[in-house]
Amino acid sequence: MRNWITRFRARPAQAQPAPPATLRSDRFRQAREGDWRRLEAIVTAVEKGRLRRLSDADLLDLPVLYRQLASSLAVARETSLDAAALAYLEALAQRAWFITYGPRENFRGWFMGFILGGWSRAVRAIRFDIGIALALMVAGVMAGWMMVAHDPSLYAMLAGQDPQRNPGASAKQLRDTLFGGQDQDALAAFAAYLFGHNAQIAILCFALGFAIGLPSVLLLLQNSGMLGAMLWLFHGKGLLLDFSAWIAIHGTTELFAILLAGAGGIHIGRAIAFPGEFSVMASTAAAGRRTAPVMLGVVLMLLVAGMLEGFARQLIDATPQRLLVGGFMLTFWLVYFFVFGARK
Amino acid sequence: MSPQSHLRPDQREIVTPEGLTLRLTLAGRSARLGALAVDLACIGAILLGAVLALVYTQSGLGQWTKRPDARHAAQFLFILWTALMFLLRNGWFLIFELGPRGATPGKRMLGLRIAARDGARLTTEMVLARNLLRDIEIFLPMIAVFSALGSSMAGGPSAGMVNWAAAGWFLLFALFPLFNRDRLRAGDMIAGTWVVEAPRARLEQALSAKPDAHEAPPDYAFGPAELAVYGEYELQTLERVLREGHHDAMEAVAHAICAKIGWNAPQGEEVRRFLDAYYTALRARLEQGLRFGRRKMDKFDGAGR
Repeated sequence: MRNWITRFRARPAQAQPAPPATLRSDRFRQAREGDWRRLEAIVTAVEKGRLRRLSDADLLDLPVLYRQLASSLAVARETSLDAAALAYLEALAQRAWFITYGPRENFRGWFMGFILGGWSRAVRAIRFDIGIALALMVAGVMAGWMMVAHDPSLYAMLAGQDPQRNPGASAKQLRDTLFGGQDQDALAAFAAYLFGHNAQIAILCFALGFAIGLPSVLLLLQNSGMLGAMLWLFHGKGLLLDFSAWIAIHGTTELFAILLAGAGGIHIGRAIAFPGEFSVMASTAAAGRRTAPVMLGVVLMLLVAGMLEGFARQLIDATPQRLLVGGFMLTFWLVYFFVFGARK
Repeated sequence: MSPQSHLRPDQREIVTPEGLTLRLTLAGRSARLGALAVDLACIGAILLGAVLALVYTQSGLGQWTKRPDARHAAQFLFILWTALMFLLRNGWFLIFELGPRGATPGKRMLGLRIAARDGARLTTEMVLARNLLRDIEIFLPMIAVFSALGSSMAGGPSAGMVNWAAAGWFLLFALFPLFNRDRLRAGDMIAGTWVVEAPRARLEQALSAKPDAHEAPPDYAFGPAELAVYGEYELQTLERVLREGHHDAMEAVAHAICAKIGWNAPQGEEVRRFLDAYYTALRARLEQGLRFGRRKMDKFDGAGR
């Protein structure tokens, strides 16, 4: 009876009686085959995401088994001509290598590190490009203002056709666009729409950095030119401060995010155009890895900006409070990016 | 013998930190297109299901329009829809590639995965970077082409031209993998990754150690001259023929060998035993040469003689 049980237990291991081997390479293989099969079982379990079913001993042995396999493969390549066994070893070594050198931590762990310093570090790493993007945006605002001041008919080209906001509108009409939105209904839906739209534009602005950064620059200029034209319009009717507050409550977050996305695009464009001492491929890959966390942060910032624009701007209906919220957000982002964790 | 010499054009070697060279096979462009099609089909199916569910819920809400709650419910549905669209467009590939298999369902189905190009660890930053560019490589080209098709059918030629120019510009990004040796997408280039075949191989029984190969003592004795005519290439071909086990092919091979070494060709059941014995003897000889540093690549290679 006991004999039967032990045999039953032994079955999954597929212990076949090993025939006597005549070739040296077959003896080599027979001596190690058990370890190979054990590694294969562990690797398969990890690949299928069944980590919980693995015992601690298996997980602890994984690196050891992988190194043994690596040395088996190195020996087999030089001594064995069994093509099937070699193919198996090559494949298993690759799979085990993917597991051993796969992502070290899960996304949650990575995300915690990202919030607690990784994000700030990534932003600081591209501060030169942030400077370029900021200069472009300031230039765009000034250019937009000056173009419309020179010829008001350009307003429609820069900021689009709008029945309410146009050079022909009265001060009261313009004022009505800034205040009195709090009785609106669908605020949350509005916020969700704004987020989706802005995030897609920001990702586009970053991704187009791949075309040597020029489309990113154009997108930055276009957006800030539109802002400059609108500033001129409201300035003409004495509403500059009210308009600035209306923009600032979410704009300090949203424009900051667009600034960062543009800076990321410019960073990649610079890495492609001027790789310096590295190859273009190495320089581009390094730039992409540096800026990817910035972009995740940009999406989070636009989520915040969408809520500020959808809720806070409609619910807070006075200029000083709007400025206060906008100023607080700007201070928060600046401290978080450039002061938080900078000394480490 | 340089390690590069026996690489196929679609194979790349990387050196792991342990000093082991691994041979990766780049994923074929058609396989990657197939994987993308599977993923897009999954996304489309989810979208279709979501649309049906939303329409059904919305039509249910229609009966309650008198009540103010219905408005809030509709708003909630809209937010749900926006979030789902954003996640499907940007998150589908990202979330799956962050997993232990480094592959979306489509890639998994076609046996592909992503890996770091420098042989180091695949990091979260890399997966993020390669998927941030997907928008300009897949979705925008699709939108641009469709809108160009639509406008050239509906509108005048000038509007069509502008749209086609935009579509052509976006297609440059979409077709990027066709124009480089490593079949990199723009996202792969930014992230320092590539797409490779996920290897799968079962451990086969060694032919030379088969139980039945030794039950009957081999009554063949091959001399050095009879084994010196072939090299590793022929050995591997012989192994493949033996593993496939088609009788006609084995008989043809046995004839060829016997013609070469001047023996009488075996018949019937004898063929398999002859080939097994010859395989074992040839492998023993070639492996012995290997241990002494003499490699005989094929029958034209004179080094082993």
